[in-house]
Amino acid sequence: MQPITVLNTLGVALAAANVDTDQLIPARFMKEPRSVGYGQFLLYDVRHDEQGRPDAEFILHRPNAANAEVMVSRRNFGAGSSREAAVYALVDYGFRCVVAPSFGDIFASNAVNNGLLPAVVEEDDAERLLAALGDAPAAIDVDLEQQVIRVAEVEVSFSISPVWRTKLLNGWDDIDMTRQHADSITDFAARYLARYPWTTAQPPESTIISKG
Amino acid sequence: MSTPTTLFDKVWQAHEVHRSESGQSLLWIDRHFVHEGSFHAFNKLAERELPVARPDLTFGIADHYVPTVARDLAGVADPKVRSMIEQLSHNTQQHGVTLFGLDDPRQGIVHVLGPEQGLTQPGMVMVCGDSHTATHGAFGSIAFGIGASEVAHVLATQTLWQSKPKVMRITVDGQLAEGITAKDIALTWIARLGADGARGYAIEYAGEAIRSLSMEARLTLCNLSIEGGGRCGMIAPDQTTFDYLRERPWSPQGEAFEQACAYWSTLYSDPDASFDLEVTLHANEIAPTVTWGVSPEEALPIDHAVPDPEQLSDPAKARQARDSLAYMGLTPGQKLTDITIDRVFIGSCTNARIEDLRAAAAVLAGHKSRVPGMVSPGSTLVKTQAEAEGLDRIFIDAGLEWRHSGCSMCVGMNGDLVASGERCASTTNRNFKGRQGPGARTHLMSPAMVAAAAVNGRLADVRTLAADDNATVQASGAH
Repeated sequence: MQPITVLNTLGVALAAANVDTDQLIPARFMKEPRSVGYGQFLLYDVRHDEQGRPDAEFILHRPNAANAEVMVSRRNFGAGSSREAAVYALVDYGFRCVVAPSFGDIFASNAVNNGLLPAVVEEDDAERLLAALGDAPAAIDVDLEQQVIRVAEVEVSFSISPVWRTKLLNGWDDIDMTRQHADSITDFAARYLARYPWTTAQPPESTIISKG
Repeated sequence: MSTPTTLFDKVWQAHEVHRSESGQSLLWIDRHFVHEGSFHAFNKLAERELPVARPDLTFGIADHYVPTVARDLAGVADPKVRSMIEQLSHNTQQHGVTLFGLDDPRQGIVHVLGPEQGLTQPGMVMVCGDSHTATHGAFGSIAFGIGASEVAHVLATQTLWQSKPKVMRITVDGQLAEGITAKDIALTWIARLGADGARGYAIEYAGEAIRSLSMEARLTLCNLSIEGGGRCGMIAPDQTTFDYLRERPWSPQGEAFEQACAYWSTLYSDPDASFDLEVTLHANEIAPTVTWGVSPEEALPIDHAVPDPEQLSDPAKARQARDSLAYMGLTPGQKLTDITIDRVFIGSCTNARIEDLRAAAAVLAGHKSRVPGMVSPGSTLVKTQAEAEGLDRIFIDAGLEWRHSGCSMCVGMNGDLVASGERCASTTNRNFKGRQGPGARTHLMSPAMVAAAAVNGRLADVRTLAADDNATVQASGAH
């Protein structure tokens, strides 16, 4: 995973609350293999009309939006479905950071697992950033080491769990990290299953019987 | 004396394999459910050439993409949908994972099937690549949804890194009145605290009204924890739980059940345990509740009117309400019972268990639905049970379609969609823009309330509908 330290890039304002993962990627696109690139599906129904024609006014269709790497939005970003495809859509589009006053829990974990920084700011600061960005892509700096975001004269700090910060700064991967603990897992499993033996799933003798 | 401990902490501590210097815990996973959407995770495993660490604790369920018209894979017109179902069969077979597939008589929605089969048990940590995994917490387990990278991690290691959430308790005192359901409890607390009101928290539901809920109703309540942003929702196991689990196919049997039960009986929050947040509701504050907007927090009692953004003092709330009303095609100040509907859907992991179907059928019996709609039972066993009770005839006689089990119109992945601009009264869990199909307008409510809406062709109060029915019966009895 590509580490993140400092981004000096373009940002876009998505001035809406509750941008849920169903909006970030509608369910009908999730049958596609990742190799097709999920960026084309990002916010598809928000930025296209029913005939699939792009809304030229939408922020992602403005000049230079394709180069934006930071999205600023309102509270409860990424709420809802656990679909990691919502993060794939953002990442494949080119985003490396989303800034919002709060995130859906599962979305935030998924983001970090794909090198996308979920930066949490105060509600007032989100409004200041949205105002400073305006309705066209604009210059933005995100510094993960200092936990600071700058747009023109506006400078705000953001929070992120120290564990996630370390993971993102180093581009670490959980499976590699966990496999270093393989022996403790084996020991734990033996102790645990001896103490709670019923948690080993015993296939039923008859497969169909169920209580009504 | 040991420190008073919450139910959540008891279960968490029993599963902690390792705690890192940064405070993250590596947790042992008792049950891992995978479905068609888990193909990304199996592909990640294949890239690393890793086996599934514990196929015996992993279960495959075909639910998100399955057809509800027939149980015939060849009949699935869209080759990409068919391929999703086939990939799950292939991946589970390759790794020796038990599959509850399309043609299995036990097939169902993962969050209905797990409890029904006895795979879900108290004191477990359970995960699935689906946000409604919180459902299983109804048994007193820690159960939560995860993304594809985490699914791959669990497949590879049977563990997961987690930061311990804070714990909140939602207490509902008193007894629910007739016609008030777990769905109404959930929509009420989410409307009050917000769709992110429980973000960062594990929720324990407690109180007299919760203790009185059936297992099915508890599953509905915990299911909706994620809609208020909760990491998980749980209820301490009690006799209701134990009675439900006894003699389920995958429950411990005989002596092992008694041994498990003795442990399960210790799983409750100690009287002096402290919570990071306490929220208390009284059952008499809860009315039949419906959503009017595009977030589950936009919910109101059925005898209210949709908000007028001009009357809202908070500019952020006014802006959100204006946007929601525009999408939903509603007029500010319009009475909820004046909202006409185009369609109904009874189904999903939230409200498609046998009790839910009974509640809807009780309202529909002897009536016609004024709008088209479909009923998709939560599992094939629920379907069989409903047919044995004659519920299918009530739905069909009312003019609704009686379908097979699957996620169906809750998420529309299998092609069961609400058309653009259509308004659907739905027993599901999300009223998000486009959730039931591009441009679809969803109103969430309980199964009995959906049935009442079907009979009226508009949103309706099931309590007055039932009163009218009684009046009719009494009047005809007098003749």
